[in-house]
Amino acid sequence: MAKSGLPQEENMVEQPQTSNIKLQNKIQITNLNVWYEKNHAVKDLTLDVQEHEILGVIGPSNSGKTSFLKTLNRLNELYPGTTTTGEVLLDGQSIFTAIDKHFLRKRVGVVFALPLPLPLSIFDNVAYGPRLHGVKSKEKLAEIVEASLQAAAIWDEVKDRLSTNAFKLSGGQQQRLCIARTLAVEPEVILYDEPCSGLDPISTLKIEEAMQQLKQKYTQVLVTNNVKQAARASDRTAFFLMGELIEIGETKQIFTVPKNKRTEDYITGRFG
Amino acid sequence: MNMNPQLKEKIAFGVLQLLTMFVILPVVLIFMLVLFRGLPGLSWEFLTQMPSSGMRAGGIFPAIVGTIYLTVGTALFSIPLGILAAIYLNEYAQRNWLTRLIELAIINLAGVPSIVYGLFGLGLFVTFLNFGASILAGSLTLAIMTLPVIITATREALGCVPRSFREVSFSLGATRWQTVRHVVLPNAIPGIITGAILGLSRAAGETAPILFTVAAFYLPRLPRSVYDQAMVLPYHIYVLSTQVPNVSVKVQYGTVLVLVGMVFIMNILASWLRAVFRKRKTW
Repeated sequence: MAKSGLPQEENMVEQPQTSNIKLQNKIQITNLNVWYEKNHAVKDLTLDVQEHEILGVIGPSNSGKTSFLKTLNRLNELYPGTTTTGEVLLDGQSIFTAIDKHFLRKRVGVVFALPLPLPLSIFDNVAYGPRLHGVKSKEKLAEIVEASLQAAAIWDEVKDRLSTNAFKLSGGQQQRLCIARTLAVEPEVILYDEPCSGLDPISTLKIEEAMQQLKQKYTQVLVTNNVKQAARASDRTAFFLMGELIEIGETKQIFTVPKNKRTEDYITGRFG
Repeated sequence: MNMNPQLKEKIAFGVLQLLTMFVILPVVLIFMLVLFRGLPGLSWEFLTQMPSSGMRAGGIFPAIVGTIYLTVGTALFSIPLGILAAIYLNEYAQRNWLTRLIELAIINLAGVPSIVYGLFGLGLFVTFLNFGASILAGSLTLAIMTLPVIITATREALGCVPRSFREVSFSLGATRWQTVRHVVLPNAIPGIITGAILGLSRAAGETAPILFTVAAFYLPRLPRSVYDQAMVLPYHIYVLSTQVPNVSVKVQYGTVLVLVGMVFIMNILASWLRAVFRKRKTW
């Protein structure tokens, strides 16, 4: 637990920096509604994600966090019966009409709750995305793979066995491999869907550290069931309940002086 | 009479096991019969010579070759079509009335009696399209019959590839075809191959569909083109056992043994491939 202070300190250093420059809205969400058949999962959500921030999203299960996240790169559409209304802008362009969904998913990457390597070697897992997008040269691929694994803080652990099957790695390593795989397509935004839910505290810490290092280049949205993780890792935090956004603000404010009673109840563990 | 549960359990177990044993019985009996009666007729000449003395002596070489041609022809038509249809149904198709109609058609296709396929092939391929009784017409007829098996096996194999693999691929910006091509198919291939071989081995032994579409009563040469008729093992067996008088048991059962052996080899190949791929599977 003593170590968990480390990313927080980095936060404190980062905070004044980011608040000095005028923050740009990377993603603007207006009146977003998501239904699965009759189930109204996200209700009238209006929210901005700022460039280079880590936005934590907390809330009990069924609060619409994951539905919200999967809307941002239109993965929701893979499930039949999903209806989405409202507008989501990425750099001012509608993700539903102005941007091709495949290109959108390249620009907005996602790391899933469970580590989901593909049944390929470590190298091929990371190279999968770049290959899809037309990178053929072996040297270029090797370069991307190394840079991505470095950025996801797993290079040193796997550099000698890049041709081993990814399923041979431990859960925590697999999850960092998945982050590397997401980074390899050079996204602008990274979405995390409870990325540490199956991991031990040390693996969790490593992933949180990786996230802090990725801040300079990427905008990150972290959906988490672990309230403490949001407190440690995010710059701003949003609290969702039953598909509605209850409160959003600077993480420090949310965790010290929440404006809404329900937010306070949730973060102090009175329910959820 | 009151029995205690343990005794009932013993009786139930015994009865069920005994009844299950009966499933093995016909297989064993068929193999023993064919093996004992057919083995004396088997020789290198039998496998490689043309028939002679009105098919009462000599070999069955043209029928073996005909069966191989026909099976390969069936594979050429049914495997690509079956796999592509299954990919469409499993990966692309929306759940709507059209999809349900196609699925219903496939189920019914599997239920059509084989003689009806034979007549259908006669009407469509032999007469209407004017292929004549030929390897082409026979292959196409058998292909249509095999299609539902291959489609069903392929769909099952595709369905066994975890959904999450697809989601990961999509999340990296892959199109549906890229996902199918690079993630789904490579992981479904073992199941597809196994299903295809089993379907083909079934087709190789069919008589009714080839009766009017390709089978030659007696053709002491090899077929020269796909428009040529051919002798085929299942029909040859029928001919030897009902149409030609005084054929020795040796020749009859030798022919049966060859056909059963060929089908058996295909089935073993399928099981072996399945085992090999399963061992290699990492997820």
